[in-house]
Amino acid sequence: MSMINYASREINCKIVYYGPGLGGKTTNLEHVYKKVSPGTRGKLISLATESERTLFFDFLPVDLGTIRGFKTRFHLYTVPGQVYYNASRKLILKGVDGIVFVADSQMDRLEANQESMQNLYDNMAEYGYDLTRMPFVVQYNKRDLPNAAPLAELQGALNPGWEVTEPARQRLTPDTWHAGENLVEQLPTGEWVERAPYFEAVAVTGDGVFDTLKAVSKLVLKALS
Amino acid sequence: MRMPIGASSWSFTEEDFTALTQVLQRFLFDSNARCALLVDRSGQLVTYAGDRPSFDVTAFATLTAADFSANDQLARLIGESDFNTLFHQGEKESMLLADVARRVILVALFDNRTTLGLVRLKMRAIVDEVGRLVERSLQRSQAANPQRQPLLPDVDDEIDRLFQ
Repeated sequence: MSMINYASREINCKIVYYGPGLGGKTTNLEHVYKKVSPGTRGKLISLATESERTLFFDFLPVDLGTIRGFKTRFHLYTVPGQVYYNASRKLILKGVDGIVFVADSQMDRLEANQESMQNLYDNMAEYGYDLTRMPFVVQYNKRDLPNAAPLAELQGALNPGWEVTEPARQRLTPDTWHAGENLVEQLPTGEWVERAPYFEAVAVTGDGVFDTLKAVSKLVLKALS
Repeated sequence: MRMPIGASSWSFTEEDFTALTQVLQRFLFDSNARCALLVDRSGQLVTYAGDRPSFDVTAFATLTAADFSANDQLARLIGESDFNTLFHQGEKESMLLADVARRVILVALFDNRTTLGLVRLKMRAIVDEVGRLVERSLQRSQAANPQRQPLLPDVDDEIDRLFQ
């Protein structure tokens, strides 16, 4: 739940990095932690196992700047990706304002990605949140690996688009991050669909990490305004 | 039925701040606790009263919400719906946490200048009042929010500049 605190002049928002185990969610946060100046971020908190697998969550607060005199503070969370930690995953989604789905691009992880995406939809629905109508971006991580699946295949499997039924939203909307592509468009069948913005990334080197964070943060702030 | 888009936003005003701070300060005076914090269930600090905490309050708020969430699950495992108070005892500093209307968590930090019994008694006395103030603030936020009155009108340019 975003909070506009007029007393402390702060806007606080919660962003959750979701996705299959070992997909790079924690690596995204670690990169943000390393690159952002200590004055604009808090401590990186990891509730992890001894083998550094996320047990409950990782947490990093980041200040992105000021809007109308309000400090914009984003609380970044990751969830544990392993299938059997669903209780923890669901708890972290409570009050979420924006979601980043970190997919593992490797071909043999396609099924794990799909399972995790379905789990995200299910958990959001249990809270009564409609993922298709809130700030949501997809990050295809590990693009540097030789066994990375082609982008079109990943998009087809994980971000094929959901139907847009409201006439007011049935208008061609270009994807500002990818020239020549659209986020909302009409298919040859006549059906209107919308896809989540997507980003390619190599989180270990930081490629695409900030593009993803900026995109989701912007969507969250625009949803608020 | 269409589901809500996502979590709603909470617009916390100066008036809310003043009303809650007064209640928390009265609690601190009555209980002799050092500091009282109010944290929302998604992990954000709402406000605090008393001694300025020397620790990272953002991290504290996140872990407090997580602590409560984990304990809710433990409660369900043993057949309870939740644990509405939690107590963590330290050598010098202790903390008592109470659920307020399933919306926020009230945390009292105290040392050996008082006792758990007194802090618990005085905390119980203000939980309902804090709950009413929080509920009033949330209801006002939600009534003022959708479409009719944008929370941050005309800030698209400022948002774009933030990310240049």
